[in-house]
This record gives sequence, structure tokens and C-alpha cells, in this order.
Amino acid sequence: MQFGIFTVGDVTTDPTTGRTPTEHERIKATVAIAKKAEEVGLDVFATGEHHNPPFIASGPTTTLAYIGAQTERIILSTATTLITTTDPVLIAENYAKLQHLTDGRVDLMMGRGNTGPVYPWFGKDIRDGIALAVENYALLHRLWREDVVDWQGRFRTPLQGFTSVPRPLDGVPPFVWHGSIRSPEIAEQAAYYGDGFFHNNIFWPMSHTKQMVALYRRRFEHYGHGAADTAIVGLGGQVFMRPNSQDAVREFRPYFDVAPVYGHGPSLEEFTEQTPLTVGSPQQVIDRYAAMRDDVGHYQRQLFLMDHAGLPLDIVLEQIEILGTEVVPVLRREMATGRPAHIPDAPTHASLVEAAGGGRDTTVHAVDDVTGRVADAAEASR
Amino acid sequence: MTTSTTRRVAVVSAGLRQPSSTRLLADRLAEAAGRQFAARDVDVDLRVIELREYAHDLTNHLLSGFPSPTLGAAIEAVTTSDGLIAVSPIFTASYSGLFKTFFDVVEADALEGMPVLLGATGGTERHSLALEHAMRPLFTYLHAIVVPTAVYAATADWGAETGGDGDGAGAPTGLTRRIERGVREFADLVAVRPPRQAADPFAVPTPFEQLLAEN
Repeated sequence: MQFGIFTVGDVTTDPTTGRTPTEHERIKATVAIAKKAEEVGLDVFATGEHHNPPFIASGPTTTLAYIGAQTERIILSTATTLITTTDPVLIAENYAKLQHLTDGRVDLMMGRGNTGPVYPWFGKDIRDGIALAVENYALLHRLWREDVVDWQGRFRTPLQGFTSVPRPLDGVPPFVWHGSIRSPEIAEQAAYYGDGFFHNNIFWPMSHTKQMVALYRRRFEHYGHGAADTAIVGLGGQVFMRPNSQDAVREFRPYFDVAPVYGHGPSLEEFTEQTPLTVGSPQQVIDRYAAMRDDVGHYQRQLFLMDHAGLPLDIVLEQIEILGTEVVPVLRREMATGRPAHIPDAPTHASLVEAAGGGRDTTVHAVDDVTGRVADAAEASR
Repeated sequence: MTTSTTRRVAVVSAGLRQPSSTRLLADRLAEAAGRQFAARDVDVDLRVIELREYAHDLTNHLLSGFPSPTLGAAIEAVTTSDGLIAVSPIFTASYSGLFKTFFDVVEADALEGMPVLLGATGGTERHSLALEHAMRPLFTYLHAIVVPTAVYAATADWGAETGGDGDGAGAPTGLTRRIERGVREFADLVAVRPPRQAADPFAVPTPFEQLLAEN
């Protein structure tokens, strides 16, 4: 089971001090947070992608490459890569490049993005959200698996004899998770391809998350990828911890009350009761999250949102420290208890290479029209 | 599966006071509907939703994007019903904001094909057309089937039963007569339809091959 953190990269005023970090500070903080996550033994760091204020999370591959250069072990992911408004050709190229640079420590979480105006900025229409996710991912899936692609669709310029470079590392594309909060079509998409399904979970009651995961599992089996309980599931979560739970509530409440996404709505008490937000002692977090598998079955990945709502960097780093040293080691043991042997772990580059029967160099050598040399296709370069 | 003779009817009342004349009208409509269904040998399972109790949850839903468990149950009671009786006070030429907020958080297609009987209350008869220029278009937009007679009760209607209602049918006229007429039209629509199957997007998703092909 993988544990990690995900960030949306919001620039938000700290309500307790009135101070708003600069973009520069938040960008650097993202790097510090990722390095801290590796240091305390977490498995995954994931960053969102947004193209509008108050977020600094544009250019995710730039951020992840920079973090990749300063870390050794942690898996770098997105949360989410916008499959709707980003050209699938650029996704194929950028993430394959990132995969090479980080020696395979990359996977992707696909998402649609939910801010209407962003779509037209990239020449798209939010009403086509699902159709864009379907078509663009179908193309991305082929670009990583076929050396030469001829393609025509509704949303993008046709391709003739196109090769996306670099080819995936060791001939194995990054593992893909499909993230969706409430669209059955996306759970269906994840199931169809046998990819992972990630439910962000943090703004929804478990009864809803449960339905989405159950649908994905049922359809994963339907499409012949294996038994429903072997489907690859990830969940989001959010926590704030202090040794004494009253201290956690007192410290977090001002951030919660005016947070851009959930402030001015349900009380902290209502929100913690109705969603996975847990504000309290590390033990309360352990108890709450160990119980998640009762609702969704044994799952593969748990990501926590730690830096948001204007929490200052030093507190975020402290929280990650508590998460990594006090919570996750216990949760790892808890989650392993009673986990049947046939339940797979989340795929990694190493496990995907092994499943493919070993790595191979898939470099495609082009026709050189100066020398006339015709290079051989992938199989020859083994 | 044999066709059940039970129909579920949700009654949504957006009155703000307690006691509320809007609730009073909703109860009159529900009671009359019960008699009309009985006359058709149809059992009716009435679910009354007093929106006042969900006012805070509705605001929270607008801000947080998901319903509290109790509001979620109320929404489900409406969307899984075979018919809806919807009653609002008329404020500032239209239905109340509370009434609108409730239907704003119901999924856009959840009322498709659902027979709806409209009712409204107000201080004077002069607001009665709000039923036609505000409430009816709202439910038409939602693709509900709105019965032709909508029932308006002005303060004066709670008194004399002989006031004219302009339907040209002569005396006796008044609130009771309009209630009976609206409810008869409503019961006719609900009773002849098979119990409504609420769409469950999680039960049968659109197969992915079809999603791909539609592109």
C-alpha cells in the first residue's frame, strides 16, 4: 500500500496572520514539501495542475522534474493532469521525458478540471469535458504503446505517421490513475483500460465514494482485467493533527472557517463527520483511515492533502513529519492486517517492467534523409 | 415483477413560518390527492418535505458541493417519487429563494417525466400569476410534466368558499374547487403511469465502447 501527499498549489492568505505567500514562496514550498515527504518515508508526492489564479500548479512536469532531481525514491505523480485541455501529444512527450529523467519514478493521474473559463483559454468547451477525456486519453494510450500512429478525432489535428518521443522508458508507459469525484463515465474509463481509479474523496461523504469505487471494481472485472477486488483503487484524504485533539481543532478551525473551498459552509464538526477530514490526534487519524477499507475494500494508495487553506509552510512540514513518523507506519501495519495475498500492490515502474517480461530499449530511429539510412524499428534495438 | 399499486408522492413545502399557510395548502393538496388515489384503487405513500428544516443544509450544499445526510435523504425522497406536489410562498413576484435553492441542488434530469402539481400562497390574489410565469417555467425547464391547474391560495381564500376564480364554471368556486381540480389532474397522470424508475448512474454505466464510438 502506498501513502503520500497531494497538493493543489493554492496561494491562500493565512487567516491567523493576514499574510499571503507570494507565488515564488509557494512554488519553492512545493519543492520543500515534496522533499520532506520523501525524508519521512512517504511513497508518493502528487501535484495538481491549474492554469488560473490563485494556483501556482501550472507546468507540473517542470516542478516534478526539479523535485525528481533532488529526491531518490519517492514516486512523482500528478493530481490531476488535465486530459481535457492539454494536448495528449504534449502529455505523451512531457511525461515520457520525465519518466526517463527520474528513472521511472512517475505516474499520472488524469482529471478533467472543473473551472469553465479554463477550457476556452485552451480552445475547448467544458460541455465536451467527458468527450475530451475519452478521446484524448484514447490517443495518449496509443502514443505510448505504438511507435507510429495514424490518428483522426474530433478535437485535435489529425496525425499521420507520428512518433511521440521519447518512447517510454524500458518500453513501459507510466501507470495511469483516472481521478473523478462524481462521473461514472470516468470510473468506466479506468475500468475499460484496466488502469487505476482515484477518488479524491475529500469533499464527499463516504457513501458516495463507495458507490464510485464499487462501480469501477465491477466494471474492471467486466472488462476482464481480473477479479473486482484486485482493481487498483486510490483515495484522497485530509487531516490536521496535534498530540491533543482539542489543540488540533483549536489550531485548525480558523483555517477551516474561511478556506476558499469549504469555508463559510458546514461547521468544522459537520464537515469532519460527513467527509474524511480528520482533525485530532494521530491515533484518531489512524482509526479513521484504517476503517476506509471497510467501505471501499482493500486499496492501493492513500494520498493526503496537507498544504492548503493558507497553512504556513512550517506547520505543513510539521504535519508531514507527524504523518510520516507516527501515522503511516501504523497504518501500513493496519492495512496489511487481513489483506488477502491476491490483492495487488499499486503498480510501480519496476513491477510493470517485470510484468512486461523485462525492460527493453524502444528508441525509434528515424529515416535520415541526408544519409538515406533507414533505421530499424523497436524490435531491432533490443 | 408485477406492477405495484402503490405510488410515492413527495410534497415539498417552502413555507418559512410555523404554522405556515404554505404548509396548510400543501397538506390540503396532499390530503385531497390521497382521496383521489384511493378512488382509483391506488395506495399512496406520501413523503412531506418541509424545506425550512433544510435551510442551513441547503446553504452548506451550495458552498461545499455535497448534501448533508438528512438533506441527501430529502432530495432522494423527491427524485425517487412517482409524483411531486410543490408549494411555495410567493415573494417579490416569484417563488421563494429557499424553494429555488432546493431545486437548484436536485440533479438537472432527476425530475424528467415526473408529474408535478404546483401550489403557491400569497397575501393577495394579485400574485397568483407567479404560478404561471415563474413556477411553471421552472418545472418545464426540468422536463417535469406540470398539471394544467395550479392552485393559488391568497389570504382571503382561507375564508369564504364562494369567491370567483375566473374559470367561468360558475358557483360554487373557490379554493376547494381548485384543489379538487388540480389534484384530479395530478392523480390521473400519476396513477396511469408505472412506478417511476429513478435513474441510477451507478447501476448501468454507458459502456466504454459506446463512449468511444460517440466521439
